[in-house]
Amino acid sequence: MALPKHADRLERIWHYIYLAICVLIFLFLIAPILIVIPLSFNAEPYFTFTEKMLSFDPTGYSLRWYDLLLTFGMADATAPRDGSWWSDVWANSAWIGAARNSFIIGFFSTILATCLGTLAALGLSRPEMPFRRAIMAILISPMIVPIIITATGLFFFYSATGLANSYVGIVMAHATLGIPFVIITVTATLVGFDHSLTRAAASLGANPTTTFFKITMPLILPGVISGALFAFVTSFDEVVVVLFIAAHDQQTIPRQMWNGIREQISPAILSVATILVFVSIALLATVEVLRRRSERLRGISPN
Amino acid sequence: MANITADLTPSKADTRLTTADGKPLKAALAAAQSHAKRRAFFLVLPLLLFILVTFVLPIGQMLHQSMYNPGFTLHQDVISKVKTPIMVNVRNWFDTNPPGSEPDEAAYAALAKDFLLLDELRAAGSVGTRVNYDLSGTRSLFTKTARKADKLEPPYKAALLEVDEKWANPEVWAVMRGASSAYTINFYLAAADLTRDVNGEIASVPDNRALYVKLFIRTLLLSVLITFLTFILAYPVAHLLATLPLRYSNLLMIFVLLPFWTSLLVRTTSWMVLLQSQGVINNALVASGALADDNRIQMMYNQTGTVIAMTHILLPFMILPLYSVMRPINPSYVRAARSLGATSWTAFRRIYFPQTIPGIGAGALLVFILAVGYYITPALVGGADGQLISNLIAFHMTRSLNWSMAAALASILLGGILILYWLYDRLIGIDNLKLG
Repeated sequence: MALPKHADRLERIWHYIYLAICVLIFLFLIAPILIVIPLSFNAEPYFTFTEKMLSFDPTGYSLRWYDLLLTFGMADATAPRDGSWWSDVWANSAWIGAARNSFIIGFFSTILATCLGTLAALGLSRPEMPFRRAIMAILISPMIVPIIITATGLFFFYSATGLANSYVGIVMAHATLGIPFVIITVTATLVGFDHSLTRAAASLGANPTTTFFKITMPLILPGVISGALFAFVTSFDEVVVVLFIAAHDQQTIPRQMWNGIREQISPAILSVATILVFVSIALLATVEVLRRRSERLRGISPN
Repeated sequence: MANITADLTPSKADTRLTTADGKPLKAALAAAQSHAKRRAFFLVLPLLLFILVTFVLPIGQMLHQSMYNPGFTLHQDVISKVKTPIMVNVRNWFDTNPPGSEPDEAAYAALAKDFLLLDELRAAGSVGTRVNYDLSGTRSLFTKTARKADKLEPPYKAALLEVDEKWANPEVWAVMRGASSAYTINFYLAAADLTRDVNGEIASVPDNRALYVKLFIRTLLLSVLITFLTFILAYPVAHLLATLPLRYSNLLMIFVLLPFWTSLLVRTTSWMVLLQSQGVINNALVASGALADDNRIQMMYNQTGTVIAMTHILLPFMILPLYSVMRPINPSYVRAARSLGATSWTAFRRIYFPQTIPGIGAGALLVFILAVGYYITPALVGGADGQLISNLIAFHMTRSLNWSMAAALASILLGGILILYWLYDRLIGIDNLKLG
């Protein structure tokens, strides 16, 4: 927003104040996320910058909290770091175990949410879909209903059906929470979809399955992948449902963080947070690349 | 020969349009349409069934739980899962005597008989727990009485009063009467800070025990405040993003989308790091001399912490709808207003602002809906007075184990949310929800 040449002094002053306000708000948005990164390298068990850190003294920084992520929960953390040490890490480290669980649960719930969600989005974006609005509202509702209510309901339902304390139960619950994101992103991609392409494929003799995999799928793939990433992040970041329906030994990263924050808050939390910030930067970059690709494919270029 | 003449002189039926294979076009079209409808529906069906099982049914079960608590009527053995009706005699006495009637010898005899069964099933604890929800301090009364059940002799009234004076308390009897039917609205009454008095009439609870209404009001007020704060912060940023050329605004959009993609727990942790009394903000203020070391600001474990952290977390949900409404606004309207002599403030107020109202509505409704049900952030940074209604639901689910109470509170919250959701769908449309 360039300032017009005819702007008077008051307008100029206001313009700069306005820009300053915007900078401050952007700082408010981003600073809390970036602040944990340097603090996670703190050599002391404090949550603030020490004198040494501020004077960029190398002894003020260390990787001890990252090391703690590996060693916490190990049988023998002080052993020499050879092959057996690493297998101890893999088998016993609390954070590594939590990460493994998180990835397994995230992977399967993403697959489930993406398959079901994409299929449903294809149906929902057809003009002849009956009760479209009501069905859409039901399918999006897991995103709107507070997580505590969903978790409460799932707790009662799972205890009655024997799904409590099982990975299947968690995967199903997380898929439910991820589905709205898949539906929203895939239907958004399908808005610009040219249906004459599928008709052309059909007129050339392709059956619906071939048409889907050869024509529709490549075009909506960016949207599907973004939806899948959203679903994965939803599962990867979910703690309340896991707290309510999972067994004690079914730890995930967010649950481990939750316990860490509530019980023994240590800078190790900050090193996990830093890793997660980089994960989210990577995911955001992927989604952005996909969005641009999708726009190019559909012939919408940024003006 | 006859056939040919028939073809040459079209009969009445042939004046209708038909398809190549002779079906009337209208019927063929209807068939094709219903076929297409079915096909679209069958694509959605698997997901619909999945959501019904993993979401709608659980919510339904929660609603059921909020009105159904068999703690006083049914005992289930932990191992054999056999269900036995309990407190049958007392329940019979309640059925035959109106609320408020003085418990007579028959009532005490029924109670003593029921306690024999409770002792045998070892169920006194669970019955006591159920009564304890409505009148605290009664659980031990039940366990104590059950232990002495086999020694009770007529006259039972005297014998029971011998065990504990509390059996003469009409409040205990009123609460037992309330618990004596498994289906009850008592949990909803409790959620509204109401109770049933000795005569079974609805009355409000004493002020020192009134808790829920205050918490509902606090949740609403804090949500309104947070919605307002996100609006104040989002409007200038969304305006800037909407008026910059796309290549700059896409770059700046990262500042909005990165928080959106970052784990909720990470963002909450960051705020804890910043707001702690030994945290970054306080330390910076002390180091700069703006604050005395012994006078650090308490910004966490209170409402301030909840409001700051939740405003930050929900801000993207306000910026994104505002941006998508502001982007297509044609700048020539404001220019026209200016050329007609409006000051920049008038042009903003009369021309620009009214065009952004749909975005404000969408963002405010979304933020408010999300804020009302928020759990994680208040639980971690809220302390005692920054808790919201969700935290109380979690408390009843995990600590006090009064599940029916949790379900009743959750149902009330759900009802409010669904009304707002319906409003959102009517005003903005669920399909207009965009993510990034």
